[in-house]
Amino acid sequence: MSLVHETDYGTPASKSERSVTLTIDGRALTVPEGTSIMRAAMEIGTEIPKLCATDMVDAFGSCRLCIVEIEGRNGTPSSCTTPVAEGLVVHTQTERLKKLRRGVMELYISDHPLDCLTCAANGNCELQTQAGKVGLRDVRFGSGVETHLDLKKDTSNPYFTYDASKCIVCSRCVRACAEVQGTFALTISGRGFDSRVSPGMNEPFLQSECVSCGACVQACPTATLSEKTLIDIGQPERSVVTTCAYCGVGCTFKAEMRGEELVRMVPYKAGEANRGHSCVKGRFAWGYAQHQDRITKPMIRSRIDEPWREVSWEEALTHTASEFRRIQATYGKRSIGGITSSRCTNEETFLVQKLIRAGFGNNNVDTCARVCHSPTGYGLKVAFGTSAGTQDFDSVEDSDVVIVIGANPTDGHPVFGSRLKKRLRQGAKLIVIDPRRIDLVKSAHIEAAHHLALRPGTNVAVLTSLAHVIVTEGLANEAFIRERCDLDAHAAWAEFVADPRHSPEEVEKISGVPAEEIRGAARLYAKGGNGAIYYGLGVTEHSQGTTSVMAIANLAMATGNIGRRGVGVNPLRGQNNVQGSCDMGSFPHEFSGYRHVSDDAVRGLFEDLWGVTLDAEPGLRIPNMFDAALEGTFKGMYIQGEDLLQSDPNTAHVAAALAAMECIVVQDLFLNETANYAHVFLPGATFLEKDGTFTNAERRIQRVRKVMTPKSGKADWEITRDLAAAMGIDWGYTHPSEIMDEIGRSTPSFAGVTYERLERETLQWPVTPKAPDGTPIMHIDGFVRGRGNFMITDYVPTTEKTGPRFPLLLTTGRILSQYNVGAQTRRTANVAWHAEDVLEMHPADAENRGVRDGDWVRIQSRAGETTLRVTLTDRVAPGVVYTTFHHPMTQANVITTENSDWATNCPEYKVTAVQVMPSNGPTRWQEDYAAQAVKSRRIAAAE
Amino acid sequence: MDTTKLVTMANQIAAFFAAQRGDAAADTADHIAKNWDPRMRAGLADHLAAGGAGLDPVARRAAEILAA
Repeated sequence: MSLVHETDYGTPASKSERSVTLTIDGRALTVPEGTSIMRAAMEIGTEIPKLCATDMVDAFGSCRLCIVEIEGRNGTPSSCTTPVAEGLVVHTQTERLKKLRRGVMELYISDHPLDCLTCAANGNCELQTQAGKVGLRDVRFGSGVETHLDLKKDTSNPYFTYDASKCIVCSRCVRACAEVQGTFALTISGRGFDSRVSPGMNEPFLQSECVSCGACVQACPTATLSEKTLIDIGQPERSVVTTCAYCGVGCTFKAEMRGEELVRMVPYKAGEANRGHSCVKGRFAWGYAQHQDRITKPMIRSRIDEPWREVSWEEALTHTASEFRRIQATYGKRSIGGITSSRCTNEETFLVQKLIRAGFGNNNVDTCARVCHSPTGYGLKVAFGTSAGTQDFDSVEDSDVVIVIGANPTDGHPVFGSRLKKRLRQGAKLIVIDPRRIDLVKSAHIEAAHHLALRPGTNVAVLTSLAHVIVTEGLANEAFIRERCDLDAHAAWAEFVADPRHSPEEVEKISGVPAEEIRGAARLYAKGGNGAIYYGLGVTEHSQGTTSVMAIANLAMATGNIGRRGVGVNPLRGQNNVQGSCDMGSFPHEFSGYRHVSDDAVRGLFEDLWGVTLDAEPGLRIPNMFDAALEGTFKGMYIQGEDLLQSDPNTAHVAAALAAMECIVVQDLFLNETANYAHVFLPGATFLEKDGTFTNAERRIQRVRKVMTPKSGKADWEITRDLAAAMGIDWGYTHPSEIMDEIGRSTPSFAGVTYERLERETLQWPVTPKAPDGTPIMHIDGFVRGRGNFMITDYVPTTEKTGPRFPLLLTTGRILSQYNVGAQTRRTANVAWHAEDVLEMHPADAENRGVRDGDWVRIQSRAGETTLRVTLTDRVAPGVVYTTFHHPMTQANVITTENSDWATNCPEYKVTAVQVMPSNGPTRWQEDYAAQAVKSRRIAAAE
Repeated sequence: MDTTKLVTMANQIAAFFAAQRGDAAADTADHIAKNWDPRMRAGLADHLAAGGAGLDPVARRAAEILAA
């Protein structure tokens, strides 16, 4: 594939449904009302010269290069800021225009370094291109006059440089930062000749509010803002359109390549999830793929205290197969299992669960959704009939009121966060329900109408109280309920929520949220127009996570906020393919498409397809596997792309369980923390090294395309295929498309999904004969389960309570620059922003403990203790502390407990009773762990 | 399996279904049957046979349904 140059129409598309007909350079055309003349011209292939215009941001009209003449009108208006009108006759190229444009360009070039041959933008410079287009042949100015040519470069950002000497002050970067990203980190400082792009208050980029999303770099028409990799390598020569392997937004990128070297990742404007935007992770943090820590050869060892020994693929796979069969012969068929990876493709997760069900002969398969959104799958299936969110991301453009609960989109799902902020700047109202004052509560041009800063663990009480207000104040959408919902279930629910114990005044005593805030939020959501709910792990990772999901579904049904654009229930899924891994049958009780293993018809379908008898009993979930390992009945695991030791709660318990097993196989990019307990290491491939598909949080199935050869020689689906072969099962797949064909044949919601279609388009499941083009919005004409099901959401307080020994509540979360356990992002320059996990603590709690900002503190729970630095902030309320879990040597999960959700065993990461005290050194656990990690990562010298 | 954990889990499930319409014990039993691995169910059955200490009434009835 050659380099993909996306058409730049100069200004954004108009959404008007009315049309206007005009004539441009003698050609008549009809475009939507509100379209700029510049864009209309581009629609017919006439590229009016431009510099300050680009279609990712609104027209600005500053460069004066895009001027046109309009018959009957005076002057030479800029085509970017002039909308079309009925009957206009426009000329884009006249003698007068040519002369004016040359004059404008001459002024620009007079203050621009003419180092084109050595410039990073050489071959892809809009200034150079436009100078050519206007026919500039000489520059009369420049000698002996003041210029900006001596201005210094700002190279502080790890990923891009700012070379002020090349800046033409077109403000595209400033506008991209404001309009696309919504951070407003850039401005134009100074006036007249002194005007310069300035991060913050003339700070270096790295010290400014810049979040390194890359929108400014993408918008820059010169080499002023350039990726450092572009400067180092040179211009790319081909593009491969692929899907980001970070969060559940699923941004589409152009991987721009030179040979097999990745030059840069550029967000694809045609990407339907990201619409041309990106975040620091997807845009820049892909260096882990080339990191020296990558393990590229298979390794085995007899015991975990031995050094690793590099072996051939054949030896590694034969050894693994032999060990798994030995364990099953000794301890029984159900003594082994495996974990599918939400970082791997649909095809790869499908194969892992197939290997376990058809090869191991049991259902001991689980995935990381166990510890994040398993309550979403359960709760939404009960309420609506489908284990997934209801909307596409575009839907937010039509929302009038947005509830964000237990999610921090600007950090965890940054591109969606930017799209949400754009809608909020247009006037939509925001309700934040979160113990922390996340950035969305108040940031540049954004302020939540209500922030319900509830006490951790009281989600169900607050959500039920919102329902109480809606029911008792007559705010429910009775017509919707009558038409679409189970009326008996609704009647029971309405009676339940109307009980005075759910009133805001009573719930204030439990949650700490002022009653009037709850009442105001309920009224706004119910009557503020299109109401959408977006939620994250702050909802699910509780002992009542599933109940909270049901409470959210209840609110949406009660107010009729479901089944059309702008509304809905939207789980923000954590990992890139966690939706897909769940869809592909990664849960121990469900085949692909969320069909129970005890269903004879479904099981029969797979038995016919796979030619084996399948187990009708549910298998073990991840925490059950650990318990069974300690009991002695679970002895072996095949773990693909998941770091259980770092990501699962109560690290000491997990470590003991892993240590109790006889054969742990880790398939990963790096020797992760779990690999410290592994007996076999199978080197995995990055998303750049394989073909496949990911499914994002909006159920969108998108292609992942191989751009370079796997360093280990195999993509992950090939490793699983070959492991199956070593166990005597010949699948014979030669390409992931064959696996997708099998998924389509066996999974009704994927019936119409093929690679042939995915080459042309993305598809949002269900893709069925009834919905052959997919389903962007669910439940439009009725719920999948028939009538919407209201569930009673009785608040059951968590058993994790504060007391004299552990008086604070710890809640955990993520940060923008790091991803999950950090295995990838810690191996990139993103550590510049987050080199260690820190504990956020309210100043009042710190003062009581004699703790100062930046001090080392020891944090202790009933599960364990660790040390980390503290930062004092009123983002958290007194009594609440917060940290992230990105770094293994801090290991927040040493503290978290095994409390879990009633329905799914999703851990209660968000509520742990702790004590915090000053510390002068690491804990014993940290010292022991560091020593053990070093010892367990030894690799024997090659013979 | 860790009996204390099994009892806690069964009680949590029972607490949810006790608040719903329908037969709480039957629904609790159905949830356990559909989501617990056989060795976990066996662990619950063994605990019930040993007296079922700590099981809430609904959870106990659910365990009895499963054991029947």
